[in-house]
Amino acid sequence: MKKGNLLFICGLVIVVFFILVSIFAPLIAPYDPTSINVKEIFQAPSSKHIFGTDELGRDVFSRVVYGTRVSIFVGFVAVFISIAIGTILGLVAGYFGGIVDIILMRFVDIMLCFPSFFLILAVIAFLSPSLTNVMIIIGLTSWMGVARLVRAETMSVKSRNYIIAAKVQGIKNSIILFKHILPNVASPIFVTATLGVAGAILTESALSFLGLGVQPPTPSWGNILTSGKDNIMFAWWLSLYPGLAILVTVLGYNLLGEGLRDILDPKSKKFGN
Amino acid sequence: MVPLIIGITFISFVVVHLAPGDPTQFLSSMNPKISETAREKFIKMYNLDKPVYIQYFLWLKKFVKFDFGESFSQDRKKVIDKILERLPVTLWLNIASMVLVFAIALPLGVMSAYLRDTIFDKAVTVFVFVGFAIPTFWLALLCMYYFGVIVGVLPISGLTSYNFESMTLFEKIIDIIKHAFLPVFLSVFGSLAGLSRFARNSMLDVLNEDYIVAARARGIGEGRIIFKHALKNALLPVVTIIGLSVPGLIGGSVIFESIFSIPGMGQLFYQSVMMRDYPVIMGILVIGAILTLLGNLLADIMYAVVDPRIRYKKRAG
Repeated sequence: MKKGNLLFICGLVIVVFFILVSIFAPLIAPYDPTSINVKEIFQAPSSKHIFGTDELGRDVFSRVVYGTRVSIFVGFVAVFISIAIGTILGLVAGYFGGIVDIILMRFVDIMLCFPSFFLILAVIAFLSPSLTNVMIIIGLTSWMGVARLVRAETMSVKSRNYIIAAKVQGIKNSIILFKHILPNVASPIFVTATLGVAGAILTESALSFLGLGVQPPTPSWGNILTSGKDNIMFAWWLSLYPGLAILVTVLGYNLLGEGLRDILDPKSKKFGN
Repeated sequence: MVPLIIGITFISFVVVHLAPGDPTQFLSSMNPKISETAREKFIKMYNLDKPVYIQYFLWLKKFVKFDFGESFSQDRKKVIDKILERLPVTLWLNIASMVLVFAIALPLGVMSAYLRDTIFDKAVTVFVFVGFAIPTFWLALLCMYYFGVIVGVLPISGLTSYNFESMTLFEKIIDIIKHAFLPVFLSVFGSLAGLSRFARNSMLDVLNEDYIVAARARGIGEGRIIFKHALKNALLPVVTIIGLSVPGLIGGSVIFESIFSIPGMGQLFYQSVMMRDYPVIMGILVIGAILTLLGNLLADIMYAVVDPRIRYKKRAG
């Protein structure tokens, strides 16, 4: 228990910190993240620009601060979509079993055959990259693990006596599913969702880095790194700070998720212990 | 297997039709670079003037022959030729990193399970947490900067030097190793955390089994217990991971190959996405899924090879 609590608290501190940064971004950022200043291009970090400036003279610190908003927004919306799809399909497949289960799980198998990054890129090629599309596409391509997990949990819960009792009373399937089964499979869903945010943030930053995610001038950690790559020879600060931001944020969600797992299910030894 | 392949073709087909409205309208409206002739070609190739179900069957018919049409780019090569040209580089780099991942991650995971709760185990755990969180493309940038710019010992772009043709065989090998070092190293780093953790958990499970306690009680040496009794069983589930790690590796190759300008399938895919070269995109999407499927098949076979229980079960049932 103690270990779980420690992980949980460390993760929570990091996660809350970045959420606060994203809420108070206009107060924290010293400059407008999109204002161009040709006189101050490629300034190394100094007291005036603590993270330096980029190829258009924009303040990198301000851009990183505003980038927090994009990351968190994408992370939460994408995970919400994937959890919603995965949970519903998993509940239905696990509860009804039979042919429904076979068809849904086959669908999961098929989706898992595609290297997810390929699938995401292919869909973006057809739909054009934008913040909204990136969130939706990440959500639509990452629900399979959730579906498998929820299905397995549902199958073990549905044979318990209280579910059988509910069935005998003639309660509708939809009510059994959402009122009686869902709350009992919720804790692993929370853990997966927390870890999922970390994954979605990583995917978004990789997409934006490749120029296929959030488009400039909107600052995102990934697209700041794109100009970092283009100017790697002399402007190291463009590469260093946004990457650190990603690293710490993702670490935070992972710690939170693992801590949550230990707390909600002390018997589990999947990760730490 | 067969239903899965049909499913793959179906999903790929759906991707082509994802575009709102008529795919061709969107082609010309979203991307003025697409000319009228390209548009007509696109219509003809996917038979977009026919009903949807016929389109699907025609696409399936072509798929069986691996005929993905011609590329939209200047060279107008056949898509399958373009992919086959690039595939070996990607496969070799991925095989190299897979071998290295196993060579490093397994001892690491097994050791940290055996030395559980020691400094070593804790250090590995911290490394794993950081390894899970680090964006590998960012690490690639840092390595490019350090090894390529500051120290200047490694080339940071391409797979061969400009004077590759004039080198002796030995020099050629060294040249390729130097070029491949960073991409492979980073790809290894990316999968290290997950696999070493998996190996650790698997080993921990086995070390708690009764037969290990029994072996200790009989006074068998620690080395023998680890290598003869525990390791064999601990590595069984790990074997399946080889096959299952294929999609991640292939997906990651897009990032590494575009960062390091390596002429593999990942780079081709990235370029095609940027240029909206739809036939190539579709071709690589399908080939990537098939490779994953082969990886899964390999995992099943490996599992049956290393675990006699699976074989007996199959024979009995």
